[in-house]
Amino acid sequence: MSSNLEDLYREVILDHYRSPRNRGELPVPPATKTEGFNPLCGDEVAVYLEIDSATDTVRDIKIEGQGCSISQASTSMMSAAVKGKTVDGARQLIRAFKALMSIHEHKLEGEGDGSDLAADLEGVRLGDLEALQGVVKFPVRIKCATLAWNTLQQGLDEAGDSSI
Amino acid sequence: MALDVDKIRLDFPALTRQIHGQEIVYLDSAASSQKPESVLQAMDAAYRTSYANVHRGVYQTAEETTAAFEASRAKVARFINARSASEVVFVRNATEAINLVAYSWGRANLKQGDVVVLSLMEHHANIVPWHMLAEERGIELRWIGITDDFRLDLTNLDELLSGARLLAISAMSNVLGTINEIRPLADAAHDHDALILVDACQYVPHLATDVRAWDADFVAFSAHKMLGPSGIGGLWARAELLEGMPPFLGGGEMIRDVRQDGFTTNDLPWKFEAGTPAIVEAIGWGAAIDYLANLGMADVRDHEERLTRYALDALIQNFPTMTIYGPQDASIRGGAISFLFDGIHAHDISQVLDERAVCVRAGHHCAKPLMRHIGVPATSRASLYIYNTESEVDTLIEALAKAEDFFRI
Ligand SMILES: Cc1ncc(COP(=O)(O)O)c(C=O)c1O
Repeated sequence: MSSNLEDLYREVILDHYRSPRNRGELPVPPATKTEGFNPLCGDEVAVYLEIDSATDTVRDIKIEGQGCSISQASTSMMSAAVKGKTVDGARQLIRAFKALMSIHEHKLEGEGDGSDLAADLEGVRLGDLEALQGVVKFPVRIKCATLAWNTLQQGLDEAGDSSI
Repeated sequence: MALDVDKIRLDFPALTRQIHGQEIVYLDSAASSQKPESVLQAMDAAYRTSYANVHRGVYQTAEETTAAFEASRAKVARFINARSASEVVFVRNATEAINLVAYSWGRANLKQGDVVVLSLMEHHANIVPWHMLAEERGIELRWIGITDDFRLDLTNLDELLSGARLLAISAMSNVLGTINEIRPLADAAHDHDALILVDACQYVPHLATDVRAWDADFVAFSAHKMLGPSGIGGLWARAELLEGMPPFLGGGEMIRDVRQDGFTTNDLPWKFEAGTPAIVEAIGWGAAIDYLANLGMADVRDHEERLTRYALDALIQNFPTMTIYGPQDASIRGGAISFLFDGIHAHDISQVLDERAVCVRAGHHCAKPLMRHIGVPATSRASLYIYNTESEVDTLIEALAKAEDFFRI
């Protein structure tokens, strides 16, 4: 294995891929179910979210779907990272994760100078998620890593809408 | 005569490319093929020595360009045994060819409740245009199923075709490799007064094609999968059908006359070619056809069938936990081989293969209804062409063994 490949497939990634956390379903309602697709490779993910509206926290999260090791690991890590977090905290984590993937949310591709990414990353503890940084060297795989996060973002939006 | 693959390889500059310090092993010709020197030179020479727009000028280079452009059309026509070059419409690709039929023939002929029959192994290019027509016109789509050994399930064909207006079906699956015998399908469609459209995108590059022996009505194909450039493809249709169809796009080239109060259309095939066409691409396609015709399509098929058998045997022998999605008999299939290791995603396999400079496709291959049917989100696909060798298949096997090892749970 080349060092690039080892960088991509870190041990913690393979661990989440082999034993994914928070697999399953939640009853809808009270939970919401949001589906995400990667049109490039056909991968699918469903994120079940249960938001405690009193404390505005992610009370529970479950994941269904299939995908490559990168998308499976990223999904699993995402579920572990946001469970119990406040909705704001989860949103902050989404922004930070996308920054880790070098995705400049507010600029055209190739335009970002890095300062916007640094701001999104500041003060956020990514922990195990940092293992996914190796993905950046493989641009076509970034979509695998972000699928679950985009779906989570959509799920938080929908959960927010439905609780109003 | 067997193909001299070592000699053929020398004609393909892109096959000498080094990736991560190793010679590229290109096993993705079903997605798009590499191009021989003769195609590159024909296109380069067209731009350098005799380039002008076609069908317009009366000066020398305009006439030369027009002649070369139309000579390519004649080569395409001969290659598929069309009755006349006027039955070959240049389009961008097979996708546009099918869209042209759906838009022009479909909108002129299909109304609410009319039936178009597809198969479960179609590429999105031969599904979505019909879905669009279904949304717009309320036509009904029916689907020919697939057997457990990955062939068309024709047991209820008569039922499906009853009352149908069109059977739109591929001659070779880009996922399964399955070759569908077209003549009996055409006969069945015609017995029900339906027309048949053949998606021959994966067939024309690999087997001798005879649209008249097929008794087909429409045939779609792309240059880029048969050694030619991207940006050009063909729609062949029987002249009477093309005559009766309204134009697709409007503009220059496709008209005979334009007045303030209307227009009349040009003769075939230009009636369907609005605007400046892919001139140099057409010339390149002509050179690609010369190259294939010179090898002989019977020998091309022979080589691919032998190599496909070699690859299937090697995969089956080496990897008991691998599923191959497609017939295991090389004589009824082409060289696009889809496979999956139990529990390992196709993307991960491809990534490790890339380390060894082995290029295979991973994904749904633009055939999601088929993928849903076989119950997987993605497969890996290795596909073979005239320039591939047994030693490249061996490299694939070695790289797959390494990948399997790495991801085995
Ligand atoms: C069976 C089949 N039909 C249609 C197409 C579409 O070809 P193009 O993208 O050249 O239009 C493909 C290409 O992958 C194909 O394999």
